[in-house]
Amino acid sequence: MTGLLALLSHWRRHPVQLAMLLLGLSLATALWSGVQAINAEARASYDRAANALGQDRLDRLVRRDGAPIPIATYAELRRAGWQASPVIEGTYSGLRLIGIDPVTLPEQGRPVDVGNLGDVIGTDTVFAAEGTAVPDGLTLQPADLPTGIAVTDIAVAQRLLGGAGISHLVLDPDAARPALPDTLVVQTAQNGTDIARLTDSFHLNLTAFGLLAFAVGLFIVHSAIGLAFEQRRAVFRTLRALGLSARALTGVLLAELLALAIIGGLAGTAMGYGVAAALLPDVAATLRGLYGAEVAGTLAFRPGWWAAGMGIAVAGTLVAAGQSLWRVWTMPLLAPAQPRAWARASARSLRWQAGLGVALMMATVILGLGGTGLFAGFAMLASLLMGAALLLPVLLTAFTAFAQGRAAGVLPQWFWADTRQQLPGLSLALMALLLALAANVGVGTMVASFRLTFTGWLDQRLASELYLTAQDEAQAARIVMWLAPRTDAVLPIWQADTPLLGQRAEVYGVADHPTYRDNWPMIDALPGVWDAVAAGQGVLANEQLYRRAGLRLGDTVTLPGGALPIVGVYSDYGNPNPQVLISTDQLVARFPDVPRLRYGLRVTPDKAAKLAADLRATFDLPVDAVVDNASIKALSLRIFERTFAVTAALNVLTLGVAGLAMFASLLTLSGMRLPQLAPVWAMGLTRRQLAGLEFARTLLLAALTMLAALPLGLGLAWVLLAVVNVAAFGWRLPMHVFPGDWLHLAGLSLLAAAMAAVIPVRRLARMAPTDLLRVFAHER
Amino acid sequence: MLLTLRSVTKTYPTSEGPLKVLDGVDLTLEPGQTLALTGESGSGKSTLLHLAAGLDTADAGSVAVAGQDVAQASDAVRARLRRGTVGLVFQQFNLIPSLDVAANLSFQARLAGRHNPAWTQELADALGLSALLTRYPEQLSGGQQQRVAIGRTLAPKPRLVLADEPTGNLDEATGDAVLALMLRLVAQTGAGLLMVTHSPRLADKLDARVHLTAGRIA
Amino acid sequence: MNAKALLIALLCATPALPQGFAGLGEATAGFALPEPGRHFDFPADHGAHPEYRIEWWYLTATLTGPDGSDYGAQWTLFRTALAPGGGTGWSDPNLWMGHAAVTSADSHRFAQRLGRGGVGQAGVTAQPFAAWIDDWHMISRASPGADALSALDLQAAGPDFAYALALDATGPLVAQGDNGYSVKSASGQASHYYSQPFYAVTGQITLDGRNIPVTGQAWLDREWSSQPLAPDQTGWDWFSLMFDDGARMMGFRLRDAGAGYTSATWIDADGTATPMPPGALTVTPLDTTPVAGRDIPTEWRVQLPGKALDVTVTALNPQAYMQTLVPYWEGPIHITGSHTGRGYLEMTGY
Repeated sequence: MTGLLALLSHWRRHPVQLAMLLLGLSLATALWSGVQAINAEARASYDRAANALGQDRLDRLVRRDGAPIPIATYAELRRAGWQASPVIEGTYSGLRLIGIDPVTLPEQGRPVDVGNLGDVIGTDTVFAAEGTAVPDGLTLQPADLPTGIAVTDIAVAQRLLGGAGISHLVLDPDAARPALPDTLVVQTAQNGTDIARLTDSFHLNLTAFGLLAFAVGLFIVHSAIGLAFEQRRAVFRTLRALGLSARALTGVLLAELLALAIIGGLAGTAMGYGVAAALLPDVAATLRGLYGAEVAGTLAFRPGWWAAGMGIAVAGTLVAAGQSLWRVWTMPLLAPAQPRAWARASARSLRWQAGLGVALMMATVILGLGGTGLFAGFAMLASLLMGAALLLPVLLTAFTAFAQGRAAGVLPQWFWADTRQQLPGLSLALMALLLALAANVGVGTMVASFRLTFTGWLDQRLASELYLTAQDEAQAARIVMWLAPRTDAVLPIWQADTPLLGQRAEVYGVADHPTYRDNWPMIDALPGVWDAVAAGQGVLANEQLYRRAGLRLGDTVTLPGGALPIVGVYSDYGNPNPQVLISTDQLVARFPDVPRLRYGLRVTPDKAAKLAADLRATFDLPVDAVVDNASIKALSLRIFERTFAVTAALNVLTLGVAGLAMFASLLTLSGMRLPQLAPVWAMGLTRRQLAGLEFARTLLLAALTMLAALPLGLGLAWVLLAVVNVAAFGWRLPMHVFPGDWLHLAGLSLLAAAMAAVIPVRRLARMAPTDLLRVFAHER
Repeated sequence: MLLTLRSVTKTYPTSEGPLKVLDGVDLTLEPGQTLALTGESGSGKSTLLHLAAGLDTADAGSVAVAGQDVAQASDAVRARLRRGTVGLVFQQFNLIPSLDVAANLSFQARLAGRHNPAWTQELADALGLSALLTRYPEQLSGGQQQRVAIGRTLAPKPRLVLADEPTGNLDEATGDAVLALMLRLVAQTGAGLLMVTHSPRLADKLDARVHLTAGRIA
Repeated sequence: MNAKALLIALLCATPALPQGFAGLGEATAGFALPEPGRHFDFPADHGAHPEYRIEWWYLTATLTGPDGSDYGAQWTLFRTALAPGGGTGWSDPNLWMGHAAVTSADSHRFAQRLGRGGVGQAGVTAQPFAAWIDDWHMISRASPGADALSALDLQAAGPDFAYALALDATGPLVAQGDNGYSVKSASGQASHYYSQPFYAVTGQITLDGRNIPVTGQAWLDREWSSQPLAPDQTGWDWFSLMFDDGARMMGFRLRDAGAGYTSATWIDADGTATPMPPGALTVTPLDTTPVAGRDIPTEWRVQLPGKALDVTVTALNPQAYMQTLVPYWEGPIHITGSHTGRGYLEMTGY
């Protein structure tokens, strides 16, 4: 019993070690479970959205011309036997208002449990997420709905939306379908999973980061456990000598680890909640910005997390401690200490690592040559990162051996030799650092490339100085008349929606004008592209449509009124939907009911502000009816920045955890390194000199790792830009490199390494000679 | 005088309070002289050796090595002493595990700036290490390791060799052989030798012997 | 026809659908109340009475196929106002519920439709007379000058059945109770209630895609009210009996903790109606059948001593259970004993 107490008292005597272990474990758990929580919340939001749009899962009846359906038509359909339920949709007071008829709505299409019809019909009840601000006169009934969506009885929606007609009818999937009047068409249910599919890549991204952070955190745990076991080796041996079986000893240590895992797991899961709560608003903004997916910005508490968080903490601890436990299990009762055994074993594992690393790199290349799609992209990322991580110690070993051979002085020689000797102990931490740095370089390059391309694209795309949205077509006509003498050009921007290759696509009409000919961000085009479009003999497709559908120039797309060949492809960042451009004439011919409300205005830039003000004043337009291109650009960039804020935050966190892993490893090693340092000290180096060399060694390793991380990060960026982005978003981005960022990152990594090294190094510099001398006196 | 200790005291803090390990020790050693330092465990012999080597500082008294007082000298001064003047051999052989035998042999000489390849080769031959030069310490037996340690210590031709139970980890036959080698080579360099041992039999092989009891010379 | 009022009352008590569906649990403030001495005004009274809370058009038919097989058909349209006062379009406060069923000796098929008023999905117009919900309807084809209900086309369909029937009245409309003022309980709840119990029917029913020509008789009840029933009334047994000699009888028993409340109207073959005093009718269960996890009486002794009536009524199909939002038993019966004939039985609250 006393023996067991002796085992446990270790932690009391090494509180820093205990803290590192718990910190590593809880950080790993926190990042992992935080990301999981975010994903869970987002998925729950999609589910709620899919429910709210539950009708999306059901086929719909809509008017061919997209106009509202008159109530009389609804009644006729019902009397003809159509089991169709009306929905009125619109925007009211910033909410997406969905008016349903709970009496006829099929079970599968119910967004909310409306409870008693009498509490809904004829009342002003609004179902929306808890805390939603509803306009005066309405009563909020909290419901499990995505933010921004409000469900009411159809009567309320119609009243609020100013007497709107029926937007669409949802169909009972089980009911018969009699003949349909010509004006209506059945719209087949779009699997409500569109958003889920689109956002999958984003979540995969987050998960990958979570996993990376978790792995990096486990490096810390591994170091701390390794140290604790190493330092208690003598106690273990004594206990074994006193008759404790290997099984019992391992059992006790296992129990101790489990207890630590539970504490760390609890703390980590709680921290994960914090991480998720902190990141979720950005994630929500990202998803909204990129995919138009609504995710609640607040976190619901899901009991399942605790289980998952604890599970991953315990599993992680066992993985991290496996090696140490195995050593205890197989420890010979009276064997002398074998400080070099580890190094010898690592020489073998180095060859094994090199083989596996090369194999993974080859797999990366093969995937890069042959694979397409999101899965191949992420598989490439995984094999690239793992392969590089495995090769890092091999490369560092080779480099230090080379440097040692080239070193002139005895101290440099020893420095390199000793660095090489330390590699096995540090390699896990260095791998963690490599991955964190590469992720930083890669994601940073991706984001910065994206930003550069995006801003350039915005400049091209927002060529008009002002953008006007009229309230109705009559007003639009009056404004256009008024504008004619006051502007260089008034360019219609009219848009219709149509199903295209199984997706809902946007069709824009463009005027034949230099604004487009000169500025449009074309990726690829046939000769005479604009003439073909102007003549109604071709369409322009956005990159998303082009790449997702695997189209080529000259292929045709089918639009209402006949197919047209694709004569050009343009970049269209930030748009999840397929889009095509045709001439304004073609648009009007093919979609006679297209709303003619939006216009781009070309004026001399310095007159734009005054014209906007005049426009608003003359036609009593709301502020957002006339917008200048700078505002749109600023808004787009703001969305962009928020989109990648989460990535940046996770990047920083991962780097921080990698720094901690390095600290834990150095702390562990500093305890084991005295026998290697003491002889050199005895032969005439001061402790300060030794500490300086140790410090330099850490910085050198960090610098080398950073060097290795650069090509790796650029490879990562290439995969992200050229493979993952294409699969996930549908656009391919040119890669730009930003050496300034690398310097910044190199500085950061050196700083992290320096901070990780400073405590062990200071300890060495101030170490009492007695402690060094003990090396010469004691068996170890 | 090569080594002179005058009224040296040294106290270590322990969990049961301060422990006086050396209590007014006087000792001298002349160049070329070999002196055995014997005593029970805990009598302070290793501590005395460490002070003489400049590995640690004394609380009081003076420790002069080749005329330089290092009793309270700074880290840098003592490091220079260890590098240039003193050679150390320990019971734990304390080779540098990351360097091969050849590099270990020449390490201190090169550190001291007195690397003489011919002499190092001669030492290697004398110590029977010539065939082992490319091996690493972990690949050597205990006797071989200690011979490397002795060679490394003598390679810069230090004026004072300090040895702490140099054969303590070796069996008697190997120990005797190693000690004989060391004494021969020390004599060849003309250095003085202070050797800590608990064995009267080994002590007898040196020129003189002092006995330490409870921190004092008997 | 008290029974239908109770059906609505039950509807309002179930948690599954809308206590608000009938709203009978709430005060009747704002709704009109039935009054004795009110005279029916046709054809206006064939249409809806939105000033009252609840109302129905309830038709049951006993039919026979070419091979002599017996069938029953039900067509019901309920109206419930969630609030007094008007409202147009989506804001109309009326909810409508349709039930339709076809019963044979070995099968019972039914369907239900729900809809809201004001938008044309469901409703009743008096002139020309039409009652409908979705594609189910009861439409007058009476010649000008005749009572609108004297000739009706009836149509309904469910997933596994359909029917289209032509109804022609062979007798006059009959006012139930005191000139159409029908008292529902000892404490005075009442409704306005009239019937057309003299339809001759031809048409066809469709079972599993098989068309069966049928002939027979039918009975239409029209009733509206605003008042909830007495709170202690737990269910009812309602009988519409069509005797071979041309006479008719409507009778019901409202069950409560005590002896219950029975009421009956005797209708001679020429349409002369005689309201019987409360309690004159006695009904006694003779046999029960396990239906949907409960025991429901499917054979009764029905006695009306004042008219020398002592008959046994037996369900054509004891499993004629309506698994609708509010479940109840509704099915055709055979009459034997002092009189013979066919009819319909409705039971709720078991």
